Amino acid sequence: MEQEQQVSNFDTIENVQRAMFAQSYIADRSLATTVFLALKRRKPLLLEGEPGVGKTEIAKVLAAALDTKLIRLQCYEGIDISTAVYEWNYTRQMLHIRLMEAEGIKRQEELKEIFGPDFLMKRPLLQAIDEENAKTPVLLIDELDRSDEEFEAYLLELLSDFQITIPEIGTIKAKEPPVVIITSNRTREIHDALRRRCLYYWIDFPTLEKEYSIVLARMPGVPEKLAKQVCYFVRELRSADLYKAPGVAETLDWISSLLALNQLDLVEGPVRDTLGALLKYQDDVLKVGGSDLFKVVQKARGAS
Amino acid sequence: MSVNPLENGHYFADNPLRPLELERGERLLYRLTEFGRILWEVGIDVGPRKMLELAETLNYIDVTNKEDFYNTLKCSLLARHEQEVIFDQMFLYYWYMRDRQNKKAENPRGAAKRDERQMRLPPSERKRLAEHMNANEQQRKDLRSEMRQSERPRRAHEHIDDEDDEDDANPQGTAYSAIEMLRKKDFESFTWEEVQEAKKLMAEMRWNLGMRPTHRKAPSRNGSYPDMRRIVRRNLKYGAEILELTWRKTKRKPRPLVIICDISGSMSLYSRLLLHFIHTISNGLMNVEAFVFGTRLTRITRQLKRRDVDDAVRDVSKSVQDWSGGTRIGDAIHYFNQKWSRRVLGRGAVVLVISDGWDRGEAGVLEVEMDRLQHSCHRLIWLNPLLGSPDYRPLTIGMKTALPYIDNFLPAHNLDSLINLGNLLATIDDSRPLRSTAARRKAAAAWTNSGVK
Repeated sequence: MEQEQQVSNFDTIENVQRAMFAQSYIADRSLATTVFLALKRRKPLLLEGEPGVGKTEIAKVLAAALDTKLIRLQCYEGIDISTAVYEWNYTRQMLHIRLMEAEGIKRQEELKEIFGPDFLMKRPLLQAIDEENAKTPVLLIDELDRSDEEFEAYLLELLSDFQITIPEIGTIKAKEPPVVIITSNRTREIHDALRRRCLYYWIDFPTLEKEYSIVLARMPGVPEKLAKQVCYFVRELRSADLYKAPGVAETLDWISSLLALNQLDLVEGPVRDTLGALLKYQDDVLKVGGSDLFKVVQKARGAS
Repeated sequence: MSVNPLENGHYFADNPLRPLELERGERLLYRLTEFGRILWEVGIDVGPRKMLELAETLNYIDVTNKEDFYNTLKCSLLARHEQEVIFDQMFLYYWYMRDRQNKKAENPRGAAKRDERQMRLPPSERKRLAEHMNANEQQRKDLRSEMRQSERPRRAHEHIDDEDDEDDANPQGTAYSAIEMLRKKDFESFTWEEVQEAKKLMAEMRWNLGMRPTHRKAPSRNGSYPDMRRIVRRNLKYGAEILELTWRKTKRKPRPLVIICDISGSMSLYSRLLLHFIHTISNGLMNVEAFVFGTRLTRITRQLKRRDVDDAVRDVSKSVQDWSGGTRIGDAIHYFNQKWSRRVLGRGAVVLVISDGWDRGEAGVLEVEMDRLQHSCHRLIWLNPLLGSPDYRPLTIGMKTALPYIDNFLPAHNLDSLINLGNLLATIDDSRPLRSTAARRKAAAAWTNSGVK
């Protein structure tokens, strides 16, 4: 009954937008439409975009808004079934066999028992489709580009049927497919076959106005003047020729740093000292912190 | 069209054209398929499966809301950020402008005819589209005529030279030595026939690239990691005693290869054959990314995926704007470092830069960017067609600047040099080449003083 209630909250695109806003996530209508369709059609949602624009955050926000569990699978090269899907608890199995031997139990029964659910360690993907879940969870497959082709191929199979076969136990199938969010930073191209199964959305850097409202939503109590100046300054940086342009995460980080230094206005000195919160490459820091810094700071101050 | 999601809304509000009324039911389905077909024609991969799913998806939204309709089509049909601009253009074209000139035809036969006609874009649109796809018609024509001109006189010229040999030209007897000759001959002086022959030889070359250790483990007799899953299973028969061990070892995979090829004016004699070479190598290896540059960098990986080499090269020339223009190596590599290195240089990539080192950009830029490029790849190889001539010295500013940051400096002027490259690629192992400042200076000095060894 309660679940019915929840789902009805996401009945229109506006409601999705509103529910995400309630979790301090500012979503454009286009993003809200995509999320709405992903929920309605239970299709995986593939999110790409520069680092720090809030790809991972969407999954967290959705889980909170749906009031359900977030299951996160962080990908890395070489990730395999034993870390992503399931693993047997070998130590327990060994001990159990000894125990049974001492008690004189026959082999056939042993076999059945030690490859049973009690000895199974469920990893994120299996957790996500587990029949025992009270509520359909949100499954976040984070930074899929870091994994390798083998894992991607496995995922392909999982995402089309939402079932996993464990030879010793049988097939486990989700009662209802989980909400799947996949993110990628494009350090490797995701294969077309996987793309085809997903809804796709590219998250861009926010506009000045949008970033401003993100800052206000995320950091209630931040002085509006500082927020405006910071957003303007960051926008200027993004149009500069940098190796790594700062994302929204960096903007928020920088504001906290400035607030920790009791700054209510952008001033060149503290800006220079805290550039490390915004820029992550020495070349970029040198470029921005050069002679033009004063000018940009003045411009940002003027803009507010 | 703007890629910015917030501005997509404006793009409907501010549009001076009155959008077409959307029809529901069969008619809409028909138009959707037609739109899908148009997307397919401009290179956006829209299969029947996607169209079926889209039709299903549209049930969930209000199709009369134009913005939602647009967003839904986009998130369902598009799978790549790079294609957003062209998608937006096609959307605008198909749903907003297309039917305006054809309101009159009403009977079904006429309608069918009309639709057929509309499947082909009107000339003005086609031109815009062509421009959009970077295909500058004029430049392509120039290129074609230039090629013809450069081939014709040479062919006529060579023909006279060859006449004496023609009598004793026994295809079977001389085949081997003819190939030997061809392999040593500089690309620069190839005749048209020789180019064809060289293409065939290149297509037969087999490529191998050194392997890198991955983080994945595979079962093996002599690995160094215990394979617990199999150990438990195997030893069940002994009770809880572990008597048999099984192992896993690190799986190895070929390294990715990234080719960055110069196609500026000074390279024009080589660039077409080099493109053929790049095509064969990208089809012969698993994981190849290719870029060309003159004044700007263009990615040509997708174009090279076409099986037929001539089709592929034609596609490449369509999408490249700066054939035979000036060279700005530093800027091109700077662009590569910023936009592409993170996407293609992971996993121990080998980088192949093909250029003669004539650079009109700033040497300072080139130095910084070469340094970064070398740091982000496993091996940096520079192929220089000029290196084939015995008295060549790398003295141009560009080449001199780049030299200290190159791990291997090789010629690329004839088929033999490409075979040598193949041998080098196959032997690349896990060890990193020496990259200390002293070693760099020494190597660079050796090249400048003695040239080819």
